[in-house]
Amino acid sequence: MNAVIQLEDIHKVYHTGEVDVHAVRGVSAAIQTGEFVAIMGASGSGKSTLMNIIGCLDRATRGRYLLDGTDVSQLDRDDLADIRNEKIGFVFQGFNLLSRTSALENVELPMLYVHRHLPGREQRERALRALETVGLAERADHHPNQLSGGQQQRVAIARALVNQPALLLADEPTGNLDSQTSIEIMGVFQTLNQQGITIVMVTHELDIARYAKRNVIMRDGRIVSDVPVSDRLQAETELRRLRDAQQAVQLTV
Amino acid sequence: MMRIWATIKIAGRALRRNKLRTLLTMLGMIIGVGAVIAMVGIGNGAKAQIESQIASMGQNVIIVFSGSMTRSGIHTGWGGAGTLTIEDSEAIVREIPGVTVISPEIMSTAQVAAGNQNWFTRILGEGPDYFDIRQWPVVTGSPFTPQDVRGANKVAVVGQTIADQLYPGEDPLGQIVRVKNVPFIIVGVLKAKGLSVQGQDQDDLIIIPYTSAMKRVQRVTTLRTILVQAARPTLLNPVQQQIIELLRQRHKITPGKDDDFTVRNQQEIADMATAQSKTMTLLLGAIAGVSLVVGGIGIMNIMLVSVTERTREIGIRMAIGARGRDILLQFLIEAVTLSVIGGVVGIGAGVGVSQLLAAKMSWPTLISSTSVVYAFFFSAAVGIFFGFYPARKASRLDPIDALRYE
Repeated sequence: MNAVIQLEDIHKVYHTGEVDVHAVRGVSAAIQTGEFVAIMGASGSGKSTLMNIIGCLDRATRGRYLLDGTDVSQLDRDDLADIRNEKIGFVFQGFNLLSRTSALENVELPMLYVHRHLPGREQRERALRALETVGLAERADHHPNQLSGGQQQRVAIARALVNQPALLLADEPTGNLDSQTSIEIMGVFQTLNQQGITIVMVTHELDIARYAKRNVIMRDGRIVSDVPVSDRLQAETELRRLRDAQQAVQLTV
Repeated sequence: MMRIWATIKIAGRALRRNKLRTLLTMLGMIIGVGAVIAMVGIGNGAKAQIESQIASMGQNVIIVFSGSMTRSGIHTGWGGAGTLTIEDSEAIVREIPGVTVISPEIMSTAQVAAGNQNWFTRILGEGPDYFDIRQWPVVTGSPFTPQDVRGANKVAVVGQTIADQLYPGEDPLGQIVRVKNVPFIIVGVLKAKGLSVQGQDQDDLIIIPYTSAMKRVQRVTTLRTILVQAARPTLLNPVQQQIIELLRQRHKITPGKDDDFTVRNQQEIADMATAQSKTMTLLLGAIAGVSLVVGGIGIMNIMLVSVTERTREIGIRMAIGARGRDILLQFLIEAVTLSVIGGVVGIGAGVGVSQLLAAKMSWPTLISSTSVVYAFFFSAAVGIFFGFYPARKASRLDPIDALRYE
């Protein structure tokens, strides 16, 4: 099998003052290519810490982590930066786009830090293609403050995709969005997943997690449940249902 | 390399975003570099003029001053006490080999009059060789002769200013100028020299035979100075030594007692003058340098603010794969861009100011290309030095904390 993520007995201990906080206590899991996993848990369950470790923003105190076949447990800051650039695309709750910078330039940003630099024209083409994938090609020269929340998150997804990563990592991607836009973003994720992109998403919303294929639930730094989603939601149908409901109460004509 | 070029573009964009702030920060550098350039220009200009003035004193000149720097512990200063006589000067020519020409000298100031014009000026009593020693030619008429000196004749050579002031629109040759009511006939006019470093008009003087000055104008029996010219540069030191021995003997100064005269050769005077102007240049430069440091601190301050403001941006960049080095470079380039653009504009401002000073206040200024090159690289160094700490601070941020920063 071709595992994108292979976690083996991952521990994370924070030394804050006199007390050691054991945030992650022995997590083992494997995520295969083409999966769409939602990690859930209450705050303090260790899901954010695990997310940071999976995203190579932080290192585990103990345990082994193979990302796309590479052991990243012992890499230093610079190597982790390179891994993030090549293999991971991030989508954040707060979008985290550079303000006063056009959507296109935001999407081009990860290519700036690629080791084998691409010529400027190819960078533009790739960025435009990524924006097309999320349906925002015609807004390429808009600045973030000229875009709605959902559009900003689409730009962020395009930015995450532009270096063709092995893994798309989303941290509460719908946390700042209303319910309809949330479903739209889930629609984008489902489409990308159908095209073969592996997605790991952290969320605390149960109904959002139901758009994924597999749900992992954490509590007290351990995985307490890891099950395939039986009653999976499809964004397309949910959107249609929402529109019908809105029409019923005459919110839209 | 592509990466560095892209980073420069990012820095440029970040600087354009806060135009007023960028401009004010640069202003610190502009003033600093401009001040250094202008001050060093003024110092160098003064130095160059002193040097040319010393050169115009003539070749291989030794000056004997009456009085001593330290006589019995009291500083009377050069020319302070009348201890040199005409006989002393005659003895120097007679007894010291290697002395070619000599000019005894006395000096005073007096009100002079011609017709209904009058003027206050310097009166120099000199020997006929003075014009040769000083390499100061008489352009109209001729200098006075040894006969004029022997006879203490009432003849005078005047500077260009005197000619202009006393005889406007007239030929001064053959005219009468009254010095302390003694009438002198003008026999020559000196070549115009212009202003000295101190701003003194060098052409504002009347030169008469020293004998005439002593007997007819000042009524004194002693000389102020004796100008001595040695035949060759190598003879300067031996001649100087021999003059000291001769004069000590003539003045009956016993061993252990201080001289009642001072002997300086041209090199010593030049060294003193250049040392003085060097000190001045250094002082001016140091004062201006302080403003350059203040400009650098301004850059550091604004870069620290910028790093804090853009913590989130740094977090985003790190999350999508920027190494610490990329962040360091980005902020360092921003700081260096500030300081170098400020430096270049400052060089322009400094050159402009010094030319303005030269034109409006007739201060001599000299901008050397080395000082421009130094200023350029120094401003780049200021950017690197003061930009490094904020840039390093940015590069060491933890991406997780930086992303969470509000």
